[in-house]
Amino acid sequence: MELAEQLAEKQRSISVAEFFEKNKHLLGFDSPTRGIITTVKEAVDNSLDACEEAEVLPDIYVGIKRTGKDIYRIIVEDNGPGIVPKQVPFVFGKLLYGSRFHQIKQSRGQQGIGISAAVLYAQLTTGVPAVVISRTGHNSKANRFELMIKTESNEPQVLKHEEIEWDRMHGTRVEIEFKSTLSAKKRLLDYLRYTAVVNPHARIKTDIDGEKYNFERASEETIVPPKAIAPHPHGIEFGTLKRMAEASHLKLKEFLIEGFSRVGSKSADEILGLANLNPERKASGLSSDNLKILLDAMQSVQIPPPPASQCLSPIGEEKIVQGIDKEFELDFVRSRTRKSQVFSGHPFIVEAAIGYGGKLDSEGQAQILRFANRVPLLYQQGACIITTAVSGVNWKAYNLSQQGVPTGPVLILVHVASTNVPFTSESKDAIAAIPEIEKEIVLVLQDLGRELKNYLSRRDKNKQQEERARAVCSILPDIASKVGEIVGKPAPDITPLEAQIMHKVVVKKKISGGKVEISVNNYTRNPAAMTIYNMSGDSASDATVKPDFVDRIGDEYNKLWKIEVEPECTWNTVYSGTSHGSVSVRGVDEKLLVVVDIT
Amino acid sequence: MKKEESDKIADCKLLEIAEKWYHQMQSATIPYISIPTRTKHNIEYDEGSEVWKYGDKETTRSAGSYKSALHILKMAYVVSFLKKQLNENRSSTLREMYYISEGWKKAKFGAQDESNHLVEDLEIITELSRESFHLRPEEDGASIYGPLKIRERTRRGVREIHCQQDIGEAGYPIPNNVDNLEFVDHDAKFIIAMETGGMYARLMENGFDEEYNAVLIHLKGQPARSTRRVLKRLNQELNLPVVVFTDGDPWSYRIFASVAYGSIKSAHMSETLATPGAQFIGVQPSDISGYNLPSDHLTEGDIAALKAELSDPRFDTEYWRNEINLQLKLGLKSEQQAFAARGLDFVTREYLPARLSEMGII
Repeated sequence: MELAEQLAEKQRSISVAEFFEKNKHLLGFDSPTRGIITTVKEAVDNSLDACEEAEVLPDIYVGIKRTGKDIYRIIVEDNGPGIVPKQVPFVFGKLLYGSRFHQIKQSRGQQGIGISAAVLYAQLTTGVPAVVISRTGHNSKANRFELMIKTESNEPQVLKHEEIEWDRMHGTRVEIEFKSTLSAKKRLLDYLRYTAVVNPHARIKTDIDGEKYNFERASEETIVPPKAIAPHPHGIEFGTLKRMAEASHLKLKEFLIEGFSRVGSKSADEILGLANLNPERKASGLSSDNLKILLDAMQSVQIPPPPASQCLSPIGEEKIVQGIDKEFELDFVRSRTRKSQVFSGHPFIVEAAIGYGGKLDSEGQAQILRFANRVPLLYQQGACIITTAVSGVNWKAYNLSQQGVPTGPVLILVHVASTNVPFTSESKDAIAAIPEIEKEIVLVLQDLGRELKNYLSRRDKNKQQEERARAVCSILPDIASKVGEIVGKPAPDITPLEAQIMHKVVVKKKISGGKVEISVNNYTRNPAAMTIYNMSGDSASDATVKPDFVDRIGDEYNKLWKIEVEPECTWNTVYSGTSHGSVSVRGVDEKLLVVVDIT
Repeated sequence: MKKEESDKIADCKLLEIAEKWYHQMQSATIPYISIPTRTKHNIEYDEGSEVWKYGDKETTRSAGSYKSALHILKMAYVVSFLKKQLNENRSSTLREMYYISEGWKKAKFGAQDESNHLVEDLEIITELSRESFHLRPEEDGASIYGPLKIRERTRRGVREIHCQQDIGEAGYPIPNNVDNLEFVDHDAKFIIAMETGGMYARLMENGFDEEYNAVLIHLKGQPARSTRRVLKRLNQELNLPVVVFTDGDPWSYRIFASVAYGSIKSAHMSETLATPGAQFIGVQPSDISGYNLPSDHLTEGDIAALKAELSDPRFDTEYWRNEINLQLKLGLKSEQQAFAARGLDFVTREYLPARLSEMGII
């Protein structure tokens, strides 16, 4: 036999499932450590996408149970719309099966390999079938499946299918068991926390081998799901164009107008003029050469950018701040959502936030939170354009120290939303170096850097002022005692003075010559509203400012004034009396309040 | 005034300061003190006494800032210290007080300049001299040589001294407390005060005092208070004209100004320290060109000082404006001894007699 013939004997087609069985790393299953994170990530992403499409507030449960020596059962359950029983085996038991692959809009998962890859991984390491429960509404029962993938053919194999009762009205639950380890628990929690940050409308409850972590929802607003758009002429590739043209029954001009976004009659004419093609020709009849000419023409004609507001759903400045506030208690957070931009015909939006202080580690590098289409990116930080852009900003100009990335108690969040996020690899860990995206990230970070600088210098100024006030207050007692010594009297009470210097509200009660005076000095920089309670034997019927309320309790009169004092202003009331009684104040922060009784 | 009486006044004035602060603190006012601003922009010519005194501008130091709070604390310590010193009838020098402050913790002085300045503040506030608080200057005054008989009450009894016949070539040293001096007799026509020891010695060696019946006084640079006080008293009590002979540079003009008009630092004492009739005899900038004196170039500091003098109200006369502008134009300065270039006797034979007759003194 000829060698070629011998070789030909061995040649056969490979199914996708077989391919990924051998190339697990491409999908993020390169190690048992990552397996759990990838599985949870894929399942949660699917859940969030599903909830978003159905416009329900996500309520997600993530459970990880250890069932054997190094075997873990991963459970992810959501309150999404559920999956019709017919589709369940395909969604979970066939690689590269999905609804979103063909659509041009922002979504978390896209290729449709994630969760089925986890099923594949499970059967490879443990042989245990995946369990899927799904219910689509209160009218139907839940369907429970036990399934596996036939790797040679990449087809689902349903081992068991039954209808069961399920307490969820609608939703999906998936259980996958495989060989793994929980050594990357911190990463997993990071992933969940970051997911909670950019999805403040989601509630995520977790039970990781008995330990419970909950991420509460901070916003009651559902996300408006992005709508799919037609491809943009600048972003299309030859193969896609060819496929679209072959499938079309339209004439060329209509084909361009109907099939692509932002192409109107004028743009279509211009394209066809440039390509020298007859608008009346059928799109399906074009030769490859014709299509190449058409593609060149499409991409050289000026066409408005794709309708980003329709197909993209940025998180929004307010929600980002809510999310960060919820998960990190910081002293300062600002966020910014840039206007949409385009790279190679794909619309994208860059959003970012910067946080400072709070519980962040004051030593070491800044914490960088990277997101693509609301999905946290955990691995390959160094290879990501976000990291490059962060390092490219001159943070020293914004009062931060910097060693590549800035250092100090800083949190930087960057979210890139796009119909086609350009990842560096299939495992979707890092965003590729697209100049248009990098420029947007740098611009947004510079903008936020300026805000941070303002905050820092304001904070330093306040700190300085406070330090100065403290310094003065450390000397006053010495002055008082020395001066007292000189005049041969006890040192004067300097509490009100200290209050004045420390910018507080001073409430004083003074009794002299048969008169009681209650006075309020507001040395703060803000108006102070408060209620003053004065309990004493005096009725205060002749008070210069009448009490808002007087209550007699036995021999005592409880008098109450509701007042507001402007900054640097004084309020007082005087009444006849000699009894001491008490004064208390409510409504002013205790740290800013000083009550003095002078008898 | 009897000593007991003066001590009592001083004690009361010090108490007053502390009482003010006490009341301020009692009424929830941050303690403060107001002092006339001690810059050249706040000195005014007083027609009555013909000297320059502080004007109306006041600086208020309130304990609301750290620096001022510390200043007030230090002042409180000094007030307390001085009161005690008065009550115990003791005295100390400024330097001693500076060292005593070592034990005052936060109120300790960083440098003697600071404590000196604070004592001057107290003089201004109380309108009393530091001697009233039993604070002695540590340095002696300058020397006097000439036809003048002095009676001095010393700790060892009363001494009578003739400032030509009874003393050596160093002259009679002016004591710290000038109030212990009495001028018994004299045969003088005028007083010539000199900046440098060299010129003082030159005039003595050349017998200038005898030839012109001049009292020679060595200022020793910027004159001490006691020196200025003696000049003032000689001028006032003996009715003797005073001329001031210094180097021809901006710093020397300030020596003259402090003698004649009062200094910015002690403008509150001008009435007792300044000799309004004192006249400047030289070296004038016009002499540098007129006599073709050996000279040095003005430094940047000199030029800045001259320009500052142009805006100093004490130099705001036609004479000084002309001379200072001339000097700025020349860009030169000369020392008193530069006259030696024309011979050792030139200054006593030619320059001074010519200038004195020009000024109507001889």
